[in-house]
Amino acid sequence: MSDINRSLTEIVGEHYVSNQPEELYFYARDPGLMPPHKPDYVVVPKTVEEIQKIVRLANQNKIPIVPMGAGMALTGLVIPLRGGIVIDMKRMNKIIEVNEKARYVIVEGGTSHGLLKSYLDKNYPRLRHSIPDSPATATIAANVMIHGQGRLTQQYGFNSDMVAGLEVVLPSGDICKIGSCSLSPDWFSKGAPLPDLSGLFLGWFGATGIITKVALKLYPRKRMRDVEIFVTDRGNLVPDIIYELTHTEMVEDINIFTQPLPMIFKDNHHITIFMTGDTDEELEFKKKLIFGALDRFIKGKDGGFMSVGLAMKQTLLEMPQRSVSRFADVKKGGGFEYSGPILLVERYLGCTRKLVELASKYDLAYSAMARIIGRGHCMMFGFSFTFNRADPDMMDRVRKALQEVSDYALVVGGVFWKPTIEEQRMAIEKMDPNTWNLMKMIKKNLDPDGIMNPGNWEVA
Amino acid sequence: MKYEEIIHRCFRCGYCKLTGDYVDFNCPSYRKFRFETYAPGGRMWLIRAWLNDEIQNSERFQEILFSCATCANCVENCVFTFSDDLVNIFIAAREEMVNKGVIPSVVRDYLKNIYVHGNPYKEPANERGTWADGTSIETYDGQEYLFYIGCVGSYDERGQKIARAVGNLLMKAGVSFGILGSREGCDGNEVRALGEAGLFQLLAEQNIALFKELRAKEIITLDPHAFNALRQDYPGLGGEFEVYHYTQILAPLIQSQMMPLKEYRARITYHDPCYLGRHNGVYEVPRKILSSIPGVELVEMDQNRENAFCCGGGGGNFFTDILGGGEDSPNRIRVRQALDTGASVLAVSCPQCAKMLEDAIKVEEMEHRLEVMDIAEIVTRALS
Amino acid sequence: MNDRMLKGVRGNMTTLKFDEDLCKTCPTGACLVKCQYIDVGKDEAKEEMLKIIKGEDSIVLDDCVTCYACEEYCKRGNHPFYLITQRREDKGILTAPRAITRQWINIGEPRGKYKLGEMKEKALSFGFMAQFLELVKGRLFEDVMPSYFFGQEYFCNVVYIHFANTSIIKERLPMVIDNIKKLGVKEVVFMHDECYAAFTSLAPAFGMEVPFKSVHYFEYLYNRLQELRDEIRPVGVKVAYQRPCSSRLCPDTHHYVEDIMKLIGVDLVDRTYQGENALCCGSIFRMMYGYELAHDVQRRNIDDMVAHGAEYCVFNCHGCQDALATEIAKRGIKPIHIVDLCRMAIGEEPETEGE
Repeated sequence: MSDINRSLTEIVGEHYVSNQPEELYFYARDPGLMPPHKPDYVVVPKTVEEIQKIVRLANQNKIPIVPMGAGMALTGLVIPLRGGIVIDMKRMNKIIEVNEKARYVIVEGGTSHGLLKSYLDKNYPRLRHSIPDSPATATIAANVMIHGQGRLTQQYGFNSDMVAGLEVVLPSGDICKIGSCSLSPDWFSKGAPLPDLSGLFLGWFGATGIITKVALKLYPRKRMRDVEIFVTDRGNLVPDIIYELTHTEMVEDINIFTQPLPMIFKDNHHITIFMTGDTDEELEFKKKLIFGALDRFIKGKDGGFMSVGLAMKQTLLEMPQRSVSRFADVKKGGGFEYSGPILLVERYLGCTRKLVELASKYDLAYSAMARIIGRGHCMMFGFSFTFNRADPDMMDRVRKALQEVSDYALVVGGVFWKPTIEEQRMAIEKMDPNTWNLMKMIKKNLDPDGIMNPGNWEVA
Repeated sequence: MKYEEIIHRCFRCGYCKLTGDYVDFNCPSYRKFRFETYAPGGRMWLIRAWLNDEIQNSERFQEILFSCATCANCVENCVFTFSDDLVNIFIAAREEMVNKGVIPSVVRDYLKNIYVHGNPYKEPANERGTWADGTSIETYDGQEYLFYIGCVGSYDERGQKIARAVGNLLMKAGVSFGILGSREGCDGNEVRALGEAGLFQLLAEQNIALFKELRAKEIITLDPHAFNALRQDYPGLGGEFEVYHYTQILAPLIQSQMMPLKEYRARITYHDPCYLGRHNGVYEVPRKILSSIPGVELVEMDQNRENAFCCGGGGGNFFTDILGGGEDSPNRIRVRQALDTGASVLAVSCPQCAKMLEDAIKVEEMEHRLEVMDIAEIVTRALS
Repeated sequence: MNDRMLKGVRGNMTTLKFDEDLCKTCPTGACLVKCQYIDVGKDEAKEEMLKIIKGEDSIVLDDCVTCYACEEYCKRGNHPFYLITQRREDKGILTAPRAITRQWINIGEPRGKYKLGEMKEKALSFGFMAQFLELVKGRLFEDVMPSYFFGQEYFCNVVYIHFANTSIIKERLPMVIDNIKKLGVKEVVFMHDECYAAFTSLAPAFGMEVPFKSVHYFEYLYNRLQELRDEIRPVGVKVAYQRPCSSRLCPDTHHYVEDIMKLIGVDLVDRTYQGENALCCGSIFRMMYGYELAHDVQRRNIDDMVAHGAEYCVFNCHGCQDALATEIAKRGIKPIHIVDLCRMAIGEEPETEGE
């Protein structure tokens, strides 16, 4: 047994460390299209102290470390590009504290969205958090780390904007508290009124530290939810429609999708509008305002509210929407990947046209799924292609199409969301050099030996 | 390999390892081992890698495959259209390994014992009916029902008690039934789950031939595992019988006041056996029996019915114990969940669950706070 | 399409043809005077109809909500709704937003996803609505089930008159007739008014030959209930009937509602919005015109059911049921399909049981 293996065994116990071919095979991959790279070890720690010890061990031996949640980013962010230790965080999944009146929760770094949802449903039925549509196993820490979005994103911004405090294990192995919790027992703010240091970690994909605790803001949970779909055949009107909808301030989440199949979705853009209420009256009032806001489009025959059957309603109202994962099997092959740049809502039509063009060029099945971020401040536009994992040629065509999406996204002012290594390189190249210099300074100071998820946010 | 055309379709999204309401991880082997490889998604990806020669059939690979409790939580929660076949796929992979002869020694021993002795305990066949000694239960000879016991109820001490409890209740209720005694053979459910398809077919055909010879039409099973084999697999081999779990016979008798029950004051939580619940959809019948008992307060664990957490004994693990050991072994997790409800009785309807959970209570040192009782034992107490 | 069918398409609407002279001499203008969605007096009604006849613009062409009721209000055998539809189509006046129209046309496109039961000479037709499979259970249907068919290949397409698009009906209907013919069925029981109307009224009007016998499921139910008469136990509840728009396309079948209710011992409440005065369920209004009209119509309709003491609301059309069921249930009235009510009468339990 190697010294490293022995040390890791001492830290987490023999059952929770592996350098066996089975784990190395599995943790070398994610469900997306990035090439695999094997770790040397996989560990599943239980405590922050264990993580500190692992980080110190890695530091002494200059071994790379890659923290991992559910590994569902699809863009290879947890593939250990230079080997080393993958830390599977999911054994650390306690819900530590809920402050009901201050509406926040503190969870461990491996707690999943599904688990928190279930816990709140049962114990705090008047509270909710912003649930993304990634599978329920997706962890909260990883989701805020990649600036994920969720059901409350139209109202409150990126899920990472809802962070109210962090506990981070630095590359040195020290624990660092970020936000109000650094000097108060209360976790109500990730920064203000202090300098907001959360930016040293959020969006860094673990390249500057490992999140071991997250405080997340919770929001009022109304007793009822409903969904309507406004359809239009004029993609150029989508930004106007979104502007009117967001102006009402009556909407929970807004998603836009367009896809060629099934036939009911052909030819149209679908603006899915979620709303909530504590009473029928409240819900009806909101609905009336929402319909009213779009009345001019209806009168002009430019769009209308389609009939949403019970089954479709149930599918849409699920949190997370399991149907999103089902897109992976459209080609009976267990895979999809998307590029989801963040950009202005006014780029919507261009993006859909590009997507249709690429799908046709590479003969691929596609889906466009956009989520409004803030009151129309920007959106995530997902250029999504499904593929058959047993068809290397199709996988290659998706890779090529996604490369073209990356080029296009930059041209139209987009910023990559959870970028692949290649997209990170493109972003760095295009970025204001002084911004990149600042990022480099941060990385060099926090992680001088470059052991933290190496390859990410660095120039090869 | 069977199902090879499906293997690559897993997206490893992980819904399979959670309950339907996401309250917790619900895959027994994942709960114990905590590497993704021990979850259904891990198995799917590794089976594919193995078929593609990217990994070998190692001891660890065997542990990963044979630690599956075939509890079907993944079948219940996988979001894809092939979800129904997940357990079948893992069994098919085990079949490949059995055919190549590279399997864990505990699995080999189990299969060998069934082959040689007809039971996993290496006990003589003529002692299969000794559990009924001292009762007035008759040998089957054209009665209305054939009462089929299975290996655990026949030989295991705990199982025998439950078999007697059920047998005596059926007697008391005046049900016309008989047992096979030493003529009974292993039902083969675990043999099939462990990947020995050939031996399973042999056992099933022998049983079917015997049932037919005796002109048995309706069969009551003690063990949900046998219930599953007889109900789901025997028809495909020519064995069409009316098959019941014993709770399905008791419930109407109790509800129609044919067996008047006295008060039994207890807070009881019920553990769904996977082969009665998820595999065969029987969730309410056992609960109806319990709630018919005056004085019983039935409380639910968070993980119940479709979301029930397996005791860790399914898929042959009762005999191979690959899932055993450590505080995160499924049976220990399950009894802690039961204790959390504040119940003093953990009700079961499966001899394998009974033993798994009773063992866990001892290790967890909960003997004075929680008692495992089969539903038949609870009803017996309420009758006296 | 073969030549014969092409000829059919080009042929005139013989029975649905609009007779100008008949209209000009109308003493009442009932078609528009009675309209619940356009407010005009007798003189104005005649004026507007004349404009439409002449191919001029009319408020009717803009404001007609496609409830089909004028087909029934006209007692002189004329076909005002088909005329309005034709003129709208000629002028390119849309009823619904383009996206909605497109969506509906797309939904109806055959994609090889039809489903056939075990075909016999007599069969049930569900249009393209799979949900009927859950409905047509029990002894009422044991004579014909599992002989059924549904799917876009067998979908009558009549719904497109809501969208002022008869050309798509004329294009698709001959193929549908041909598809049904190929099934070898002699008699088809249609589970939806529109389909029944398509094959008994529209197709002949378009000059298309229908090589099978069309039966409305009301008639089928009535006859089956007669056969099972001894087993009927009066249900003994007060019900309101939600009459769908498409019933106006086959008004000869409407009497069966009363006949069936009598047979199964159900008290059909005498309410404001019934028979000729029925109000639309609102689902089409909602898609075409947004909130206000749909909301107002639904509110008045449900208030009326409540005011007349209905315990159940009986549906004939799934579209109506989907649109109204939730709201009706909130007001304490049980939504139920007429088939399920009939099943209750013969002692069957419409809901599927658990274990």
